[in-house]
Amino acid sequence: MVDNIETDVVIVGAGPSALFTVFELGLLDIKCHLIDILPRAGGQCSELYPEKPIYDIPGHPMITGAGLVDNLLAQIEPFRPTFHFDQLVTELETLGTAEAPAFRVKTDADTTFTCKAVIVAAGGGSFLPKKPPIEGIEAYEDKSVFYAVRKMEAFRDKNIVIVGGGDSALDWTLNLQPIAKRLTLIHRRDDFRAAPHSVNAMRELVAAGKMDLRIGQIVGLAGDDGELSGAHFKAGKEDAVEIACERLIPFFGLTMKLGPIAEWGLNLNENLIPVDTAQFETNVPGIFAIGDINTYPGKLKLILCGFHEGSLAAQKVHRYVYPDKKLTFQYTTSSTNLQKKLGVQ
Amino acid sequence: MVHITFIDSSGEKRPVEAEEGSTVMEAAIRNSIPEITAECGGACACATCHVYVDEAFVPLTGEASPQEEDMLDFAYAVQPNSRLACQIKVTPEVDGLIVTTPARQG
Repeated sequence: MVDNIETDVVIVGAGPSALFTVFELGLLDIKCHLIDILPRAGGQCSELYPEKPIYDIPGHPMITGAGLVDNLLAQIEPFRPTFHFDQLVTELETLGTAEAPAFRVKTDADTTFTCKAVIVAAGGGSFLPKKPPIEGIEAYEDKSVFYAVRKMEAFRDKNIVIVGGGDSALDWTLNLQPIAKRLTLIHRRDDFRAAPHSVNAMRELVAAGKMDLRIGQIVGLAGDDGELSGAHFKAGKEDAVEIACERLIPFFGLTMKLGPIAEWGLNLNENLIPVDTAQFETNVPGIFAIGDINTYPGKLKLILCGFHEGSLAAQKVHRYVYPDKKLTFQYTTSSTNLQKKLGVQ
Repeated sequence: MVHITFIDSSGEKRPVEAEEGSTVMEAAIRNSIPEITAECGGACACATCHVYVDEAFVPLTGEASPQEEDMLDFAYAVQPNSRLACQIKVTPEVDGLIVTTPARQG
C-alpha cells in the first residue's frame, strides 16, 4: 500500500506560472503540492535559461531566469508549498462529480495524492531525455541502452560507452569507470562543458590507461534481441569502426514532450489544452491549465500571462475547496487578513 | 530584404525573405519552415534550430560561439558546418544564404 497525500490542490509543474499560483492560492487559504520531473523549481527558467535576462516581467526592467525563480520562491515562502521533484505525473483519475470534483494523482515514483482540484502548469510538457536518431535504438532501450543510470549494479563488469560532454556524461563516466569492465567516453569535440574538475579527473584516467576517450559520433548499433554487442563509431570523415560494448548511455540533454498528459481525458488542440478565459478550466471541471500549456483565442506564451491565468484559476478553485464559503476579494495592500497570511502583520 | 533558402532533409527548397538584423531562426519560424523547432525561442538554450550552412557561406556566417558549441553538443549528426539558426544574424553580406535542415531536431 503506497502512502497517499491528501491536499487541496495538486499543481503539475513547478515553473514560474505554477509558483505564482501557489501565492494566489495561499491568499485564499488553499494548500497545494507541486510535482515536477526536474530536480528543482523554475521549469524552463531554471533548465533552459537561468542566466538569460528576461525583459518583459512587469516591474522588472531586467531579471534573469534564475533571479525570477528565486524571487517567486521567496514570495511563496509564507505558504510553505510542498515540492515533489524528479517525478513524472503518470495518472490522473477523476473521482468526484462535476459539482464536487475530486482527483487521484499518481507519479512514476508511486506517490499518490487525492485533491479537489488539479492545475496543469506543465509548460511545453515534461522534460525527457533526448534520444539520438540512431536507427533501431528503440529495440535496445531499457535493456542495454539507458538514458539515465538508476541502478549502478546493472553496469558492473560491462563494456560501457557513454556519449556526451556535459556534467551528466562526465559524472557517470567517473562513477561507472571503477566498476566497468572498460569504459569509453565519446564526445563530438575535444572540449567539454562539464565542470573542469570532472574533466580533469577523466583526462587523468585516460592518461593512466584506465578508460578511453574518443572524439566523434555514434552512427549505428550492433546486437541481437535488445542486447547490444557494439556501437558504430565515426570520427570526422573516416569510416565507422565498431566499439565492442554491452551498455550505451547517451546524454543529449532534455527535450519537452507532452507525455502522459495526453491520456488524462482532456481535450487537446495541437498538444495544447483549450481552456475558458474566465477561469482557465479545461473540459473536465476541477482540472485547470495555465501557462504555456494552455490555449485560448489570443493566447500569448508569456510568463506574465501565466501569472494572470493562475490568479483567475485560483478564484474558481476556491469554490471547489470551500463550497460553502463566500469569497470576498481583498488587496494585499490593505487587508490585515491577507497581511497576516503573508506574515507581515 | 535578405534572401535565404532553406533546404529540408528531403531536398525541397524554400526561398524566403528575411529582415536585416533578425536571425535565420526567426526567418524560419515566420515562414513556417519545417524541421526547425526553436523550442527555447532563440535563447541559444536548446539546439532545436540546428542547420547546416552551405560551404560557400561558412566564412560569411562566422563561427559558433563557445556557448553555441556547448548547445550543439545536444544536436544530432553535427558537422563542421553545423550552426544554430538562432545565432546566425541576417546581414546584407549573407544575401543568398543557403542552409539545410537535418531530418530531426531532437
